[in-house]
Amino acid sequence: MSWVNALVQGAMIGGFYALFACGLSLMFGVMKVINLAHGDMAVVAGYTAVFLAPKLHVAGVWSFIVVVPLFALVGYVLQRTLLQKSIDRDPFTTLLVTFGLSVVIENLLLQIYSANGQSVNIGSLISKSWQVSSTLYISYVSLVVLAVAVLMLGALQLFLSKTGTGRQIRAVSDDREAAQLCGANYRHLFGVAAAIAFGTVALAGISFGIMTQFAPTSGGVNLLFAFETVVIGGIGSVWGTLIGGILLGMAQQIGAHINPAYQILAGNALFLLVLAVRPQGLFGKKTALS
Amino acid sequence: MTDTTYDHSARSDSLLDVSELTVFHGQLCAVDQVSFHVNAGEVLAIIGANGAGKSTLLRTIAGLHKPSSGRISYKGEEISKLAAHRRVRKGISLVPEGRRLFASLSLEENLQVGAQNAAPGPFNIGYVYDLFDWMHERRNQKVRQFSGGEQQAVAIARALVANPQVLLLDEVSLGLAPIVIERIYEFIPNIVTQGIGVVLVEQDVTQGLQVATRVHCLLEGRTSLVGTPQELSPSAIERAYFGSDVTHGPAAQEGHV
Repeated sequence: MSWVNALVQGAMIGGFYALFACGLSLMFGVMKVINLAHGDMAVVAGYTAVFLAPKLHVAGVWSFIVVVPLFALVGYVLQRTLLQKSIDRDPFTTLLVTFGLSVVIENLLLQIYSANGQSVNIGSLISKSWQVSSTLYISYVSLVVLAVAVLMLGALQLFLSKTGTGRQIRAVSDDREAAQLCGANYRHLFGVAAAIAFGTVALAGISFGIMTQFAPTSGGVNLLFAFETVVIGGIGSVWGTLIGGILLGMAQQIGAHINPAYQILAGNALFLLVLAVRPQGLFGKKTALS
Repeated sequence: MTDTTYDHSARSDSLLDVSELTVFHGQLCAVDQVSFHVNAGEVLAIIGANGAGKSTLLRTIAGLHKPSSGRISYKGEEISKLAAHRRVRKGISLVPEGRRLFASLSLEENLQVGAQNAAPGPFNIGYVYDLFDWMHERRNQKVRQFSGGEQQAVAIARALVANPQVLLLDEVSLGLAPIVIERIYEFIPNIVTQGIGVVLVEQDVTQGLQVATRVHCLLEGRTSLVGTPQELSPSAIERAYFGSDVTHGPAAQEGHV
């Protein structure tokens, strides 16, 4: 039964990984930007939820109502200014710029909030769980996070496949110049994609703060998991990201079940295996790599 | 050289007016002081050898390259500084070389993207389904499964649904079988009667001459010949196209590199 437990807990955490990774995947898929500050953005969202939102008289879990739109706006503005400027130069510049952003953010957070761990308070719900069987418990928190992830990814998939703007975003990601020739303002569409990416990563950051503690430097390791999720699932596939996250979570939990020291190692092993056998990811298209 | 002067009298009512346009690719002058105009209902064929600057010229009109000097006017309005997507909304559409379809989108989605920022006008997705009768049946298929000719038709249809008044066609015959090229070109007389001006770039001179009402030949970025297909002799076109009188051997090539 404990193997089942490992798999179930892995799947639960996988929803969080997918929520965390979908913005990274979207930004790479649409504007070929690898946002190295993606993890730090989640941490900033967590701090915003803990310290800033209470000043607006929203606290705890409801802070996402303020934080997510705020981050979407930040994403749009950052894309239209700093990131667009660096895209216009060359791809390497975007790496340097987002890496620089990451360093600046981490140090600012350390300076302002110290290195103490913080978490988003959701009251007594944190300790409650659903007993499936005598050995299998699923905490309400991880269930909620998984549900939020599935809803979010579903909404994103619907947006991309059914709306005009979503269709244009896919068109821009296929061929930017041809999309311009169809009257699409690619800079605006990049901004919309960045707004979605920042909104989802804010949600992921708050979820992280609910599930566990975060500190100014938590962004890095989460960024690694997000990369692994995207590589396993495949670039440009929304549901692939969810499956990638779940598989990564399961691999980590199985590793931890064998030996607690193997948790991250097992995740990395799966990541390397997928990279070796199917570099485009389980649900990715080969053309995305070229 | 035959007539290379520019007829300024036609300017007032022309749809598209390009005057003394110069475009650089880095150090290379790809288009050098080129002027022409296109009226409604006209088909202007721009011919020239590989690297003569034909594609650069079209891409500059569409807004993908910035000219270093010269003017592009559309219905009397200067548009040289307008972003490419804004020119589409005004009524200038380019069918780019190599088709450039959205590979992960279905046929209909490709057309929907084309129609999303359409100018007002007669063309819509229903119209192109009538024009190319096979499309409706296959509208939900991904375009990457289509043959070259079918993909070219989709690329043209995608530009048409934006309701252009000036349609720019860049090498639509490239890589297609002659029978397919003929069928692709069939639509041109159809749409020209709707008052559209067409500028087409062709390496295939015969094809260009067949549909064109006027011909403009480029040689190394410069205008080498202009006229109607009827008044231009094959030897004059040949000279303008290759830059030397190739039929008369090496002696005629003096002064050319």
